[in-house]
Amino acid sequence: MSLWVDHYRPKTLDDLHYHPALSARIKSLAKAGDFPHMLFYGPSGAGKKTRIACTLKELYGKGVEKLKIDQRVFMTPSRRKLDVNIVQSNFHIEITPSEVGNYDRVVIQELLKEIAQTQQVDITARHKFKVVVINEADSLTRDAQAALRRTMEKYMSNMRIILCANSTSKLIAPIKSRCLLVRVAAPTEDEMIKVLKYVASRERLQTDDAALTEIAQDANGNMRKALLVFEALKMQKGILSGPVAIAKPDWETYCCKVGDMIIQDQSPSRVLEVRSKLYELLSHCIPPTVILKTIADRVVELVDESLKADIMHWAAIYETRMRVGNKKIFHLEAWVVKVMSLYKHFFYDIDMSGFD
Amino acid sequence: MSFFQIQPPRQAAKEQVVDHALQPWVEKYRPQTIEDVSSQEHTVAVLRRTLTSTNLPHMLFYGPPGTGKTSTILALSRQLFGPDNFRSRVLELNASDERGISIVREKIKDFARQTPRAQSGVSSDGKTYPCPPYKIIILDEADSMTQDAQAALRRIMENYARITRFCLVCNYVTRIIEPLASRCSKFRFKPLDNISTSQRLTHIACAENISLDPSVVNALITTSQGDLRRSITYLQSASRLANSTSPPTVITPEDIQEIAGVVPDTVVNEFAATLGIDIGGKDKTKAKSFDEVRREVKQIVREGYSASQLLSQLHDLIVEHPTLPALHKAKSALAIAEADKALCDGADEELWILEVALQIHKAVS
Ligand SMILES: Nc1ncnc2c1ncn2[C@@H]1O[C@H](COP(=O)(O)OP(=O)(O)OP(=O)(O)O)[C@@H](O)[C@H]1O
Ligand SMILES: [Mg+2]
Repeated sequence: MSLWVDHYRPKTLDDLHYHPALSARIKSLAKAGDFPHMLFYGPSGAGKKTRIACTLKELYGKGVEKLKIDQRVFMTPSRRKLDVNIVQSNFHIEITPSEVGNYDRVVIQELLKEIAQTQQVDITARHKFKVVVINEADSLTRDAQAALRRTMEKYMSNMRIILCANSTSKLIAPIKSRCLLVRVAAPTEDEMIKVLKYVASRERLQTDDAALTEIAQDANGNMRKALLVFEALKMQKGILSGPVAIAKPDWETYCCKVGDMIIQDQSPSRVLEVRSKLYELLSHCIPPTVILKTIADRVVELVDESLKADIMHWAAIYETRMRVGNKKIFHLEAWVVKVMSLYKHFFYDIDMSGFD
Repeated sequence: MSFFQIQPPRQAAKEQVVDHALQPWVEKYRPQTIEDVSSQEHTVAVLRRTLTSTNLPHMLFYGPPGTGKTSTILALSRQLFGPDNFRSRVLELNASDERGISIVREKIKDFARQTPRAQSGVSSDGKTYPCPPYKIIILDEADSMTQDAQAALRRIMENYARITRFCLVCNYVTRIIEPLASRCSKFRFKPLDNISTSQRLTHIACAENISLDPSVVNALITTSQGDLRRSITYLQSASRLANSTSPPTVITPEDIQEIAGVVPDTVVNEFAATLGIDIGGKDKTKAKSFDEVRREVKQIVREGYSASQLLSQLHDLIVEHPTLPALHKAKSALAIAEADKALCDGADEELWILEVALQIHKAVS
């Protein structure tokens, strides 16, 4: 038995619950033969992937659902072997560049060339071109993006590219100039409740509005999270009526605790304690940006209005350094110390300008 | 991959011809001769002369995306050599080809040192082509070549200059090492001016038989900022959408903005108002709290608007604001500049939209 998120995932553009205008638009694009390259972007959990899958189905019909996973070996210029898993159907192929790290350019170059030089074997296929779906396109290296550019023009008769990204900011202008941009906004609370109600009715589950509203609010636009929480709650309780008291995930509680610790005491020994907690979080694979943002959110709840902007300012600064730099922990810790100093400064009104 | 059948390239070429009606307009209306290239008068004037003389310098084309660089060099090569000799005389390599130092040493060098065979001028399509006694190597998207590979090119360029000309094409001229750049005649491709863009778009609209309102052309010009490829892509998508309803509707400027990912004015204005910028709305703006600003930011992030797009629109709003004091504008611009850099470094969008919001909020209150 599959999870609700998967089981109730819409299969066609008509099944999609929200953004009907967008669905209609994609549908009309898919009908014409001159389908463009596309770039789907929007926050995570907004349903980009689902929408892409539906688009593929609209393009090719049921055949795209027959997926197989291929083990492929690529050779880097320095003769290292790369093993990559590739998901594909007869009509499309999917790649996630982060799986191949810094060598994404090699994989992209080879795969695209191969596809570009081949043709649809299935003569009944509705379109002559194949589609290459590139997930997490914002993590493509610059080199890989550059490798896409002319390929996207040159082989347009055999291939279309669909990029999926959280934001367009990290994509170079020449790529954006070659795609049709499609923004997928997160669903509103009402839209999420509608989806939850639909699932509840299919599951013959009794719920009330209070419970559903609570789940929708908690998910904050992330439909996947809402459905996961919904199913988990049903497992625990059976009947869902509000208030449901959604438990926060462990790491979130943990981050909040770190926030509290920063505000309770500002001392070298406290910095050490915080550090070990940060290590703990990192070792559980919580992304450092998420750690920083969650702690910051907690800290600004606790401090005076006049300090909040400064704390977020330094959060932004150190988050950027974390991306550019190498050791995440340095920058997380630097931010913690900065916040402690700001707080102490504010509280005792000591002049700490010498420490800047 | 058993179900992929590698087809001989010749057949693929034939396919493309059949496809013509379904071709994307950017390809369909790619300039076929250098005379078709709009807006780059200087470049075209110089290149026109090379068609009659038999001389051609090494060249470096640079400029923003979608301004006709690739089209120009392809058109020029085609006009010089004609369809028959194109393959033997022109080598096109772009960033999707492996162009490490070893390829430069082998493939490029091999091609560069072949002596071109003399050709009679008349080609199979009945036309005469100048077919000058050299070959052209096009290195498209040369800014993504490594420094080493570029350095290796230096010698090749010099040694075989008699029989081979290079054309480097790039967006960022500073990424080309100086010794290479100094061996080339440089041609800057400007972002297309409004009149050329509008002429080209009208031409396409005529050929495709769609009606185009001047306001739509304006919307295309402002959203694509001199990138003709982008405006053509937008136009095609918009026309497809307009035709898909029954009865077909006409294209509106709003359609274009939606397709182009422009943040709607209402959203930008509301954001600005939250930051304490007077946008001439109903209630005089009053001081907003941290929480209110943050809520607004979270809402925008949820809508999925791109941070860079939002900030650039916010920037325009602030800079052109009629009553905001210069100092406030300057401080806001600083904050936006910082954020732009951070976003280029891959920083978190939500944190930086919030940062800009808070800085501007502080500056204007
Ligand atoms: N100056 C121009 N005149 C006519 N058409 C143009 C011009 N510039 C761009 N176009 C149109 O835009 C498309 C893309 O142009 P082209 O490939 O030459 O851009 P580019 O400068 O090489 O961009 P990039 O830097 O992204 O590679 C062409 O197919 C053509 O339809
Ligand atoms: Mg180009």
